[in-house]
Amino acid sequence: MEKQSSNLATQLIEGLCSFLRRCICAILSAGSLPRHVAFIMDGNRRYAKKEGLLEGDGHRVGFTALMNMLKYCYEMNVKYVTVYAFSIENFKRRPEEVQSTMQLIQEKIESLLEKESIVNQYGVRVHFIGNLKLLSKPVRLAAERAMNATAHNSTATLAICIAYTSTDEITNSVEEACKVKMDELGGNEIDSKELHIDVADVEKHMYMAVAPDPDIIIRSSGETRLSNFLLWQSASSLLYSPRALWPEIGFYHLVRAILDFQRNVTSLETKLKQS
Amino acid sequence: MLDMDFVHLATFLRWIESKALDLGDRMQKGYKRIWSSGDLGLYLLWLIMHLIVSIWYFAVDLVNSLESYLISSGFMKQYKDLDISKVRYLAVVLDSEEALDTMKVLELLRWLTVMGLRNVCLYDPEGVLKRSKDALSLWLRSEGANGDALVKQKYLNLEVISFTDGKHAVAKAANFLLKKHYVNADAEVPELTESDMADALAEIGYAAPEPDLMLIYGPVRCHLGFPAWRLRYTEIVHMGPLKSMKYGALIKAIRRYTMVRQNYGT
Repeated sequence: MEKQSSNLATQLIEGLCSFLRRCICAILSAGSLPRHVAFIMDGNRRYAKKEGLLEGDGHRVGFTALMNMLKYCYEMNVKYVTVYAFSIENFKRRPEEVQSTMQLIQEKIESLLEKESIVNQYGVRVHFIGNLKLLSKPVRLAAERAMNATAHNSTATLAICIAYTSTDEITNSVEEACKVKMDELGGNEIDSKELHIDVADVEKHMYMAVAPDPDIIIRSSGETRLSNFLLWQSASSLLYSPRALWPEIGFYHLVRAILDFQRNVTSLETKLKQS
Repeated sequence: MLDMDFVHLATFLRWIESKALDLGDRMQKGYKRIWSSGDLGLYLLWLIMHLIVSIWYFAVDLVNSLESYLISSGFMKQYKDLDISKVRYLAVVLDSEEALDTMKVLELLRWLTVMGLRNVCLYDPEGVLKRSKDALSLWLRSEGANGDALVKQKYLNLEVISFTDGKHAVAKAANFLLKKHYVNADAEVPELTESDMADALAEIGYAAPEPDLMLIYGPVRCHLGFPAWRLRYTEIVHMGPLKSMKYGALIKAIRRYTMVRQNYGT
């Protein structure tokens, strides 16, 4: 009896929160909304330490926070969301930590393909962005399966950056641009004065060419650096660094970021036109 | 002493006036939008939400201004000892419109020199600062020469860049690599590594250090296209508009940087 009433109370509170969220979304949509929001999910390990959890559990709670943030973004009609899940630099961590993080990532990728997952609920197409060759075979296969399974979705896009750094992305796209140009030129002499490859050629081969440039980049835990994330694409992005650790992030922070974006959208748009 | 206080008070009052005018401007724009759309109630609520945010930022600005005044007047003891050597390379990103105010830029450079910084990189997207670089260097050198022997030793290593030093530099490096590695279609080309890219950028004259700290003077916290290759682990701090820059805020930003501990991914 008590359990039933506490369930009812939880449901009522959740219903109320959902209603309030929809009200705030409706009000915010009176102004321009961002098309693409990116998240740097920083602070899982610090959260685990703070709450006295095991290190891996920090990442699990972080995953729940991610699912919530995705839900809020898609409710707000943000069409593109990008998240920084695992950097190439993170491979330098202790092998046991890397192994357990990879296992968690594989488990969560597989959960995305389930029927009730957020991906199917909102018609999300999933892209895995990064140097996937650096991943172990089971993780890479799971990622490819997820990409194939969601390829037909077109309502929204989720880009998960895994084994990614911006400098690696730029290097890779320069390499691809060179290869394509070589094929085009077909062994003819290269005129050193002529610019065979321009900025548009390089941008065409970026891993992140699947989405427009981000409007807002949110990094949790209050750190103010980009840590090799979307350095090329963030030329006109608003950078927002709330002090909350990633598992503590919520709807309020998204609203704050969007309000900041709306305050500055005219000046950001002029910068976009110039670049 | 009394004159200085009067000047500070006048500047402060002028700043309050500009903020009030800004708020009035925003409200007027919002009011126009309400009448041009159908959904009156929603726009009204949106406007109220933004009004609350604007009041909040106004209050925060007020507190920050007070804090800056206290810091630069030397009342806050913890800001007295600043380990400036931790900032090996400083980048300053300026909104191109604000960069037109060369006198303000010069004042900022003067403050940085006084604080003991030696290597500064100025960036603005449109290249406005490149046009005033000669004037800035000349002024700085003349000030150094006019001062006493101690001041003469303080020189500033100034680098001035713009948007073309970012994405276009990478495109030029791509062309350089195309010629170097891919010209010979027979040879098996090894996979391009990040150090190859870094070497290519250096060969064509775009090798420059990565800044430790970046200060953004402009309306938005946005790096406006600063060269991506140099931005990996740079701490990015938004300082507000250039016209309302404060010495105390500069000290606070640098001190906060010296307290940061980076993991670099590990």
